[in-house]
Amino acid sequence: MQQLEAYTGITGADVIDQLRQLAAPLRGLRVVHVNSTREGGGVAEILAKLVPFMNELGIPTAWEVITGNADFYQCTKRFHNTLQGDAQEIPEYLLRNFEQTNRENAERLRPALADADIVFIHDPQPAPLLRAFPRRTGQWIWRCHIDVSRPHRPVWKYLRPFLAGYDASIWSLADFAQPLPHPQYLIPPSIDPLSDKNIDLPPEEIDAVRDRFDLDPERPLLTQVSRFDRFKDPVGVIRSYRLAKRFVPGLQLVLAGGGASDDPEGEAVLAEVRDAANGDPDIKILLLPPDAHRTINALQRASDIVMQKSTKEGFGLTVTEAMWKGRPVIGGNTGGIRLQVINHHTGFLVSTPEGAALRIRYLLNHREALDTMGRKAREFVRENFLLTRHLREYLTLMLILRGNHADRVELS
Amino acid sequence: MINGSGPRPFSFKDCALAAIATGRRARDLRELRDHLQQVEIASIYYHFWGGRLRPLFDEAAYHNDFAAWAHHALRDHVAAERLGVIDPTEFATLEDLRTELVETLEQRLYELDTLPVSKADEQFSFIRSQIVVFDTHRSIAHPRELAEGLATSSVSSIFYHFIDARRRTAEGRDDYSTWLSDFGEEGNALATRLADVDPYFTSLTDLRIQLADALDMDGFAPGTLPRRTTEVHDATA
Repeated sequence: MQQLEAYTGITGADVIDQLRQLAAPLRGLRVVHVNSTREGGGVAEILAKLVPFMNELGIPTAWEVITGNADFYQCTKRFHNTLQGDAQEIPEYLLRNFEQTNRENAERLRPALADADIVFIHDPQPAPLLRAFPRRTGQWIWRCHIDVSRPHRPVWKYLRPFLAGYDASIWSLADFAQPLPHPQYLIPPSIDPLSDKNIDLPPEEIDAVRDRFDLDPERPLLTQVSRFDRFKDPVGVIRSYRLAKRFVPGLQLVLAGGGASDDPEGEAVLAEVRDAANGDPDIKILLLPPDAHRTINALQRASDIVMQKSTKEGFGLTVTEAMWKGRPVIGGNTGGIRLQVINHHTGFLVSTPEGAALRIRYLLNHREALDTMGRKAREFVRENFLLTRHLREYLTLMLILRGNHADRVELS
Repeated sequence: MINGSGPRPFSFKDCALAAIATGRRARDLRELRDHLQQVEIASIYYHFWGGRLRPLFDEAAYHNDFAAWAHHALRDHVAAERLGVIDPTEFATLEDLRTELVETLEQRLYELDTLPVSKADEQFSFIRSQIVVFDTHRSIAHPRELAEGLATSSVSSIFYHFIDARRRTAEGRDDYSTWLSDFGEEGNALATRLADVDPYFTSLTDLRIQLADALDMDGFAPGTLPRRTTEVHDATA
């Protein structure tokens, strides 16, 4: 229990006690999580913590990763885009390769999955695995991390049959849930306050990161941390920065992102962002390696305001991370950002670069409001979006599944 | 008499809710009314009470999800205020509450020439919940210990004993009052104090403070219980 005990100082002892009490009836169950990448992106980050915690609580839990060729990732990236609303078609050969890749992975993972009591399949990439286990005895849950509120219909129609057979699904927001013939649970994701990305840093480490990227500590800094992905609207952030800079000439902007092994579009978007920056020395475009967690942490802490101007967002863990560091967030009025950025309380929701520029100017001219919002943001995350809450909801769901979906499960 | 040998101990339980999407969505007040007439009663319960386990910010101005949605997504402040003032504790059953909601919406629909419509991604999503109840392995034997027990309870434990109990039990009473009533006149006097605490227009964190304050045994003398004035905390503070 040592790792969980470390959270007592942040969440309070009763939260950790609750986890132990909830986990007790689940001890000995064999649980497997499956996704498509071990690093890069929020899913991998969550699993990297959730899996060890479940093991600590006495629930033997494994994390498996499916693998595929370039065509497989090309296909799943298109799933990602089209499920979030892009109207593009996916060629038949990519779909056949997607299915074949899943069949191959199913054989490789058969020893781990065949006898598992509970299997969590994350996102569409491994969704067809279920079909390879028609005689499974465990319960299989599909976990959707992306915004599927308005999917491109032909792609949803293609994927739906792979999902319908699951015993349940999990969505980050009710708005995302699509009609499926099983219970659809709602569990927002979370951050780990003790990870390198979120832990408190000494001031000298933050200063060193400023020096490394040639950031002036005397001038205000905006930062957006996210993959170079069109849905994150990095070009829109540059436009907001330019509009605000007319009134705040010293303004600096950092766009920090990393690639993920399942995202083939990143380089193209990065080139668009560099074009838009047009050599402005106050815009730093940083392509960071997947393990640059402390660097990202320091950049968020060095910032006055953090942006997440997404036009589509499953949840937006970078928003949670910034709020945990006491920074107000100016976020796109979409998806899970709405769940976190409580307008005028923990930051501002915006729909346009112009709106973002207005809020940037307001906050930089009202430092007291900026500080108050930052404090509220941190407390809001403490109560809602820490890993311990996420773990509690997974345990609750598992207990309900073991209780045959009864509306009320009473543990003795 | 209050003594340790008679009534059973009070066992503190705790709970966790799992939220489930019902698949029902509304874009305007008419669709909201239509769904409200048909949606499972557990969903109405969730949108009035399930939110107690979520923290409150500006939604504190509207103490149920229907009112908050009318304000934020429809910008219909009249509907928001009328829905927001509905206090579920005034209704004997959830079906009565459903009727009140539908009638409130009918009135507003009658008044409106054109219906405000939410954006596609701001529709009202009906949610219901399942509950897992577990034992904290903490118990007390005497009402004198209840205030401290409450002060160290999680907010979800408060939810289970003070709010969920009203729906769970045939008497519609909270668990604390039911237990206190086993302690005769003195216990009933304490239960009366609890009855003065409004569970609805406050956050669970503040509710915990109010309950512990109402049960504070300082100055307690059987038959001469001093009345205490509980401070009402602003949930947005």
